[in-house]
Amino acid sequence: MTTATLERLAVSTDADVVRVRQAVRTFAQQARLSLVDQTKFVTAASELARNMLVYGGGGDVEVEVVSDGRRTGVRAAFADEGPGIPDLDLALTDGWTSGGGLGLGLSGSRRLVGQFSIDTAPGAGTRVEIATWSR
Amino acid sequence: MPPVAMQSLAQILTDHADAVRSAWITAVADELRGRTSRGELEREQADIFDALVEGLQRGGERIGDEPFDQLRGILSDVSSARARLGFTPRETAVGVFALKEGLYGLSAQGVTTDVTPLLRLVDELGLFTFESFAAAREAIIVEQSEQLLELSTPVVKIWEGVVAVPLVGTLDSARTQVVMETLLNTLVETGSAHAIIDITGVPAVDTQVAQHLLKTVVAARLMGAECTISGIRPQIAQTIVALGIEFGDIRTRATLADALVDALRSDRRTAATVLA
Ligand SMILES: Nc1ncnc2c1ncn2[C@@H]1O[C@H](COP(=O)(O)OP(=O)(O)O)[C@@H](O)[C@H]1O
Ligand SMILES: [Mg+2]
Repeated sequence: MTTATLERLAVSTDADVVRVRQAVRTFAQQARLSLVDQTKFVTAASELARNMLVYGGGGDVEVEVVSDGRRTGVRAAFADEGPGIPDLDLALTDGWTSGGGLGLGLSGSRRLVGQFSIDTAPGAGTRVEIATWSR
Repeated sequence: MPPVAMQSLAQILTDHADAVRSAWITAVADELRGRTSRGELEREQADIFDALVEGLQRGGERIGDEPFDQLRGILSDVSSARARLGFTPRETAVGVFALKEGLYGLSAQGVTTDVTPLLRLVDELGLFTFESFAAAREAIIVEQSEQLLELSTPVVKIWEGVVAVPLVGTLDSARTQVVMETLLNTLVETGSAHAIIDITGVPAVDTQVAQHLLKTVVAARLMGAECTISGIRPQIAQTIVALGIEFGDIRTRATLADALVDALRSDRRTAATVLA
């Protein structure tokens, strides 16, 4: 897998979440995703960046265009050093929120992208990685 | 020609690098406790220190001299990064001024050379940092107010009894909130029974935007008004469905025009019922 381009963004404010969305949109376009897949990917990125801001106390986003020789894709990683997610199954349940949200950010993001993985533990922060490949 | 050649001061800094840098970093870390990590500070200081020594070796005397080009570059990068992270001017400048702590310690290290020119130079570096920070802050403020302008969304009465708001651009939480409050206020002020929120210009609807929309619709209903959301484009519709957001019985229409026609029709129906 060769990397074409990469960008890192810090998220510590609402405005940063907007910037993440804009950057991710550009990468998804570069990866030649369809408009629907672009929109889904950008929306997932928005959810994950906001979770990082709201629950993780801010963090870093890394986004890149990836290629396996045949297809291109966009990959993004969201890493924070917040409290982590104690019960991941619960957090991934539609409608469950520990705050005042809709509780659809994590579970919904998983449905919006091609690949979705979470690495988290209490006290050890949270890292979510998503990727979608062009068709 | 200064009494002490800058090159020899560079040599002194190099010889006592460890002592100078550790006194420096201790002073900064005290001041910035918790604001930034020690590793980050160390990297930053190593860059500044190296660029300073190199500039001195190349004969630089004043901050504006060409040998300090790189140093100025580093300082302005650090300053604008700090400005973006919300550091105060003091927290930013202290990172440079604290280098003096390291210089004061030199005599205890047996250095007899007069380091006054270095102290003076550090003052200049500190002021330069201050200025860069102020300039960066200025730029951020301009940028933000531009965003605000671009983002301000007009709520308009498009027909007797119907107000509409076209949402345009990328929505953040603060802005969505403002728009929704404005919409509710305008409903009251104009005595309208219908509100149309058109999202044709919105590139993405995430759960937060959706939540604001849902709350607005509920609030409008409590005020006796009906909300229609128009302009949900296909990619947005698919995303909303995949996210699992339920708009329930909220009225949606393809275009703002459809929504308006609809609102007028239901007005006529209500009128007819009243007459009957
Ligand atoms: N980065 C994170 N760090 C800690 N907890 C998180 C993080 N992301 C999500 N969570 C937890 O998972 C829950 C569900 O998240 P989500 O599905 O996005 O819903 P919502 O944001 O509406 O609460 C959150 O309420 C929170 O408790
Ligand atoms: Mg969320």
